[in-house]
Amino acid sequence: MDLATFLIQCLNAVQYGLLLFLVASGLTLIFGIMGVINLAHGSFYMIGAYMAYALAPAVEQHLGGGFFATLAVGVALSVALGYLLEWLFFSYLYEREHLQQVLMTYGLILVFEELRSLIVGNDVHGVAMPEWLSGTVPLGEVMTYPVYRLFISAVCVAVALAMWLVLARTRLGMRIRAGATNREMVRAMGVDIRLLYRIVFAIGVALAALAGMIAAPVSSVYPNMGGQVLIICFVVVVIGGIGSIKGALVAALLVGFVDTFGKVLFPSLAGLSVYLLMAAMLLWKPEGLFRAG
Amino acid sequence: MNTKLAPVALAFVAFGLFPLAGGAYEIDLATKIMILAIFALSLELLVGQTGLVCFGHAAFFGIGAYTVTLLTPMSGPVSLWLALPASVGAAALYALPVGALSLRTKGVYFIMITLAFAQMAYFVFHDTPLGGGSDGIYLDFRPDPAIGGWQPFDLSEGHTLYYAVLASLVLVFGLLAVMLRSRFGRALAGIRVNEQRMRAAGFPTYGYKLAAFVLSAALAGLAGFLYALKDGYVNPELLSWHHSGAVLLMIILGGLGHLRGAMLGALAFTLLQEAFQSQALVGDFAQHWQLPLGLTIIAFVALMPKGLIGLALRRGRQ
Repeated sequence: MDLATFLIQCLNAVQYGLLLFLVASGLTLIFGIMGVINLAHGSFYMIGAYMAYALAPAVEQHLGGGFFATLAVGVALSVALGYLLEWLFFSYLYEREHLQQVLMTYGLILVFEELRSLIVGNDVHGVAMPEWLSGTVPLGEVMTYPVYRLFISAVCVAVALAMWLVLARTRLGMRIRAGATNREMVRAMGVDIRLLYRIVFAIGVALAALAGMIAAPVSSVYPNMGGQVLIICFVVVVIGGIGSIKGALVAALLVGFVDTFGKVLFPSLAGLSVYLLMAAMLLWKPEGLFRAG
Repeated sequence: MNTKLAPVALAFVAFGLFPLAGGAYEIDLATKIMILAIFALSLELLVGQTGLVCFGHAAFFGIGAYTVTLLTPMSGPVSLWLALPASVGAAALYALPVGALSLRTKGVYFIMITLAFAQMAYFVFHDTPLGGGSDGIYLDFRPDPAIGGWQPFDLSEGHTLYYAVLASLVLVFGLLAVMLRSRFGRALAGIRVNEQRMRAAGFPTYGYKLAAFVLSAALAGLAGFLYALKDGYVNPELLSWHHSGAVLLMIILGGLGHLRGAMLGALAFTLLQEAFQSQALVGDFAQHWQLPLGLTIIAFVALMPKGLIGLALRRGRQ
């Protein structure tokens, strides 16, 4: 592997890892703060990707178009969806056992998958990227790298920074962190914990949907994409330590590198490398890299 | 004890007499129900009796199914006495490292890890030439039970497979019922209730849990083996996490903590699925059967967390 190829693979690994982080952080946020294990989290990623495909023409027509307009509408819709789902389903799950959470969210997956099939069918669709992001940048003398992949990384970094700022520096972040530690105390201090949970859940949904939307031009949209990303996110969360955003970031990058280089160096093991990584981490640190709490 | 066992015994007798009344479709459905009942019983041992929520049980089922299919040559049947232990053994063998690693963790971690390892097995059959990809492979000949020159029965004939499945179900139920009353079963129940205390009492709980995990996987492998024989066809979907979710649902649907519940759940789930998939009942909407199934699951979890058995027990007490 020459240097340019190596660099390209590194960039791919970082991009994939950051994208995984975006999805996994929502999963771990929801679990860490509300104690709900949400199998349907991958569906939100899928919904995001399909929104990128289905919303673009409508946004084009009514709002005069634009890639960012589509993203903004998609994020707004997914926040609303998260708010609604928390109210309808998830608010019943906080006091329940993990087993029941698993089952109900499994039921939700079936519903989302069938609704997707009813609304947009089961075909694979490509999603166009905006023209000004579709070029390449030179890398070394002969290689080039697609701008859009750099854009994905940039969006993920921006969101990660924003999330860190909100959690560490704002009153809302303080309440969220406090709510994760001691629910009763936060309630006693006069904070509307229901509303807080609803907001956190909506943010988690929006993070996954945003990841799906920006990934769509690269990965295209296809049935079962939610299930695939969910399982990889589980691997990320297991390695990083559940409930830890920092752990999710480190683990997502680790998984990004192992997956990307695994595919290049050992094509025959392609699908397995990530699971072997998980097995190794379980031997070394069964509680995860940064277990919260 | 008698009031508990009587309905089970009645059900077994009913299944035994069923071929006298049912047509080919009904017998195939009943066979499927009994196979899934074995599968559900195997998971009940883990989830209901030991308190370990495994979300990757389909992997062991699928490995059992694939093993017999891969062992069968193109030209003729494989010996039953090779294929059966190999299928059950392969599932148990995969469960050993998976269980050893997963059991280092607890709770949500355990759920996610068993799911991830099952997905890994899914990829092995889906992505490598070994499993024939997403198309799956056909099992053209059911295993041959001949010993030397003696042919005790023929699985490809009449209702032999049906009765072999019924016998397996009765055996598995009997084995689990006896085992749960043994010292081993009591220890598992103790771990479910309070593992800390069991460890303090001197029980090597990790070893007990691993033994339960491997045994449970072996029984799931048996169910997969029988499933391959019934359908004559295997594909990666047998290992998919939808299948793992389905079997988990069966034991909850029936009622967690009861062997009867697992079997009742397999029956209820299969009939429910059959109804949602039935063209005659729901017309063209049958192709979207997962939608009503998903909604049923959600409603069920919300309204009846104790399962069908819970409903029956409550009515019984009133």
